Amino acid sequence: MDFSLSEEQQLLKDSVQRFVRDEYELESRRKLVASDTGYSEENWAKMAELGWLAMPLPEEFGGIGGGSVETMVLMEEFGRGLVVEPYMSSIVIGGGFLVAGGSKEQKTELLPKLAAGELKLAFAYAERQSRFDLNDVECKAEKSGDGYSISGHKGVVFYAAAADKIIVSARTSGGSRDADGITLFLIDNNSSGLSRRDYPTVDGLRASELEMDGVAGTVLGDVGGGAALMDEVVGLAIAAICAEAVGCMDVLQETTNEYLKTRVQFGVPLSKFQVLQHRMVDMFMECEQARSMCYMVNLKIADEDPTERAKAVSAAKVQIGNSGRYVGQQSVQLHGGMGMTDELHVGHYFKRLTMIDTMFGNKDHHLKRYADL
Amino acid sequence: MDMQFRDEDLAFQAEVRQFIGENLPTDLREKVQCGLHLDKEDYVFWQTKLNDQGWFAPHWPVALGGVEWSPTQHYIFQNELVEGYCPPVMPFGVRMVAPVIFTYGSAEQKQRFLPGILDSTAWWCQGYSEPGSGSDLASLKTKAVRDGDHYVVNGTKTWTTLAQFADWIFCLVRTSGEGKPQEGISFLLIDMKSPGIEVTPIITIDGSHEVNSVFFTDVRVPAENLIGKENEGWTYAKFLLLFERSNSLTGSLKQQLHRLRGIADQEQANGDRLSADPGFAAQLADYEVQLRTYEFLELRTLGNPNPGAEASYLKIIGTDLQQLASELTLGAVAYFGNPYIRDALVHGYNQPPVGPDYAAPAAPQYFNYRKTAIYAGSNEIQRNILSKAVLGM
Repeated sequence: MDFSLSEEQQLLKDSVQRFVRDEYELESRRKLVASDTGYSEENWAKMAELGWLAMPLPEEFGGIGGGSVETMVLMEEFGRGLVVEPYMSSIVIGGGFLVAGGSKEQKTELLPKLAAGELKLAFAYAERQSRFDLNDVECKAEKSGDGYSISGHKGVVFYAAAADKIIVSARTSGGSRDADGITLFLIDNNSSGLSRRDYPTVDGLRASELEMDGVAGTVLGDVGGGAALMDEVVGLAIAAICAEAVGCMDVLQETTNEYLKTRVQFGVPLSKFQVLQHRMVDMFMECEQARSMCYMVNLKIADEDPTERAKAVSAAKVQIGNSGRYVGQQSVQLHGGMGMTDELHVGHYFKRLTMIDTMFGNKDHHLKRYADL
Repeated sequence: MDMQFRDEDLAFQAEVRQFIGENLPTDLREKVQCGLHLDKEDYVFWQTKLNDQGWFAPHWPVALGGVEWSPTQHYIFQNELVEGYCPPVMPFGVRMVAPVIFTYGSAEQKQRFLPGILDSTAWWCQGYSEPGSGSDLASLKTKAVRDGDHYVVNGTKTWTTLAQFADWIFCLVRTSGEGKPQEGISFLLIDMKSPGIEVTPIITIDGSHEVNSVFFTDVRVPAENLIGKENEGWTYAKFLLLFERSNSLTGSLKQQLHRLRGIADQEQANGDRLSADPGFAAQLADYEVQLRTYEFLELRTLGNPNPGAEASYLKIIGTDLQQLASELTLGAVAYFGNPYIRDALVHGYNQPPVGPDYAAPAAPQYFNYRKTAIYAGSNEIQRNILSKAVLGM
């Protein structure tokens, strides 16, 4: 057993840390968040150049062939910087789908472009009634000539506006909550019949509502076999987002610790008050527990037993939800009024951590899923 | 022991409800109900309606405009306003500075300031906290130096709620560096139009502009605006803080629960209503039990003339519940807590909502409510007060 990073992984970590230090001062991020696209194409090109976009993709299709630990290293540092480039939606999820379900032709055509930063992807799954159930799908896909024609609504599609192609879950057969009969499709963002409403999110990302009326789609993976594919790829996404959360939590824990040591009230630094010392220790322990579960899920995500894998995913998401809630809330509380301001970075990390709990099912959802497994 | 409202209380409750029904316009009620942004005009409109009825300052002495109600009636009144989705009464004038003025102020000060508070022509804000003085309020540094028949004020106040609308600010200022920090503080009323005052917004994590920094540079304040005696302001400040902390929260907590239930009945989970989901239903029930506990805790303190310790624990428990309700609400709307469309939080936004219309305020409200455990003496400070004052530790 060895939880240390290899030399290559450490180099990767160093290089992402440098990137975050150079490009992600709070002010720079504020500008990106307020910009038209909500992220930077230059940063994206830099990520391509540094090989990060290629990292989790197979070597035979222009990738580097990294595993979940490499993704974890990247995502943790992205979390520390509150990076807003669409790495999760385009590379972890979009790339994940192509790798896990794409045909030889799709991989040959799309993966090298993805790795080179010439193609971006997004994943449309949530629907108005679906809550966190990936298999609660009412969007319909009907056969039309050689391909399929998709109709329906998808909500809160992260970075859909940035994407060239969007992966959409739609029903080709079965009832609206059946696991069987869901198929994944690739659609072009400029397809006729597709209308998009773009908006910012509360934590500084971008998302869209999609309205599809007979949009032409190409099948990704097996017809009717979308549920298993989503389960696999969303598992990867959860493992990655756990790492992002760990990065956020560490920054909050460190910043709050520093603040308590410098903020003087009643003639002494706040860090001299035992009640606050204990609170800080609890935050620290939450960070350590979160990190442990983050390692666990990233090492278990390739497990061959689907139940083991699913349990690891849900357990990690529950722990991340609990830890993120505690660390986020307490960081604001211990910063007092300052923690409430948009000016300090504390609030921005708190908001991101809050919304990470919502992603791919919150703590309650995964607790239930874990119990049912 | 008896926990029933008497007939006259029920009749009073009906009278309050009727008044609200006849005087609160539908669009204003909707704004409050949907958690949308309220303008100064909205507050002033409603406060004027209450004042026309003689109900704007019920807790004042009758001779000055108060009403002779029992503690139960005060309680009913406050909660009916909240449950009826009335705009909240801005407390800084009527509930905070006014009691200080009519308790410790001179006859001239009462005559000069109370009428403007009653008819809402004067908007007040609170100058207590400073960048270096939060929990440790007595360490405040804003200085007032006597110069003839004026004080010259220099310093910075912060977290000043709605100072952007204010005509007046009541300030704690340092008039002496002698003795304990509490001993050199005075209570000064300052006209916001005075030369040398600058107000700058502080944007909070929910994106809203509620609080401000107020900078004072050589601001000349007539000495007649001093409340009570110089260097005795700490006594008045503490007196006021009790009012700040003893605001009943039962009504607004019930309102939050009501809104949450409505959402849980409309949201879907596993092909059914979210409220039918056993996990969520258990969380809702748990919240409701805690709310009931809080309600009866609050009822037990009614009529206590000296609500010191109770004010502290009601503040802790009440704000915990405000935060919990906002957290459950954010959980209930799932993915639709993500979209942030600023204009959707303003009345008259005429685009269709993203997702359900009740989702837009969920995340901002959750973020915003983190303040409740910080303001009016953080919940840590309230625990210090309780351990010292009640438990004798």
